[in-house]
Amino acid sequence: MGPLIVNEIISENTNLFLAFLIGIGFGFVLESNGFSSSRRLAGMFYGYDTTVLKVFFTAAIVGAIGLLFMSLFGWIDLSYIYINPTYLWSSIGGGVVMGAGFILGGYCPGTSVCAASIGKLDALAFIGGIFIGVFLFTEGYPLLEGFYKAKYLGSPLLNEVFNLSRGMLIFLIILAALAMFWVGEWAEKRFAHEDYKINQK
Amino acid sequence: MSKKNQKPYMNPYLGGVLLGLVLVIAFWVSGRGLGSSGAVKSAVVAGVETIAPSHAENAAFYKQYKETHPQPLKSWLVFEMLGVVVGGFLSGALAGRLKFKVEKSPKITNKTRIVFAVIGGILFGFGSQLGRGCTSGSALTGMAVLSVGGFVSMAAIFGTAFMLAYFARKLWI
Repeated sequence: MGPLIVNEIISENTNLFLAFLIGIGFGFVLESNGFSSSRRLAGMFYGYDTTVLKVFFTAAIVGAIGLLFMSLFGWIDLSYIYINPTYLWSSIGGGVVMGAGFILGGYCPGTSVCAASIGKLDALAFIGGIFIGVFLFTEGYPLLEGFYKAKYLGSPLLNEVFNLSRGMLIFLIILAALAMFWVGEWAEKRFAHEDYKINQK
Repeated sequence: MSKKNQKPYMNPYLGGVLLGLVLVIAFWVSGRGLGSSGAVKSAVVAGVETIAPSHAENAAFYKQYKETHPQPLKSWLVFEMLGVVVGGFLSGALAGRLKFKVEKSPKITNKTRIVFAVIGGILFGFGSQLGRGCTSGSALTGMAVLSVGGFVSMAAIFGTAFMLAYFARKLWI
């Protein structure tokens, strides 16, 4: 049955319209959780607000379990799900540059758009920066292509690397997430600041 | 708008479950997860094709992109990100959080905050292209499909931000 677009149950234009609706859900959930606040997002790295950790890992786990169950019920064919290919060096290199951008700018691309939608001017400046950064990449591509395409590994899955079933890997990720949530709850008390109100209470 | 009118944020674990469900719907409907930076790439490519068509026909990146994306703006991520603007605005409106504001640590000026926001945006934009996706497309979606690349991205982004946090502390605390 799923994915609907691959099995031609919906048309290409319907798919784009549903992308718009999915985006509304995405933006609504991000904003409702305060991902429109750069100090909340940056709080992750100082321990005073670990919402990012909790939302991010819970969402990844729900996504992974959702895919597993839908495939077991026969609702979705996992072989049609797009897996981002892994090019090891550019994946690490890009991640390091993004990490630096995150701590200096206080947003990532999705959250900056969400924050700009409620009037955050620093988010608007961040979005301007993203356009410049993407343009620098597309213009500098001839110089970067070698590094960009180095150490291609295909589209490996972590459970295959460790020779585990999907379910067993997800179970281990859940255990790791629970440990991290516990540390997060501890950190929010340990590193609390007087001028920062968590959850706006 | 006074603080009193602002509703508190959602419980983060509930928020995570809802975000995960949005992700699952995207997989079921479109066979792909969520993303963000790809929409900016589409806009940049479309802009270059409009402003400098001969450059777009000759430079390597645009040429390769054109082969797989004849109409760069008619892309899934562009429509999804338009939705994010609407969804974020709706949530902000319902919670009483619509306000023009520069958010920062009380220790720095608005100008400093804006300068660092632009620098951060440039780095994130560049890194997202080098790493084939940002926090949503590569890390969140990648982890949900259990892709090795997703876990590598997540570790590299968050690991670097943690390592640099000490040097950037005045911006936030």
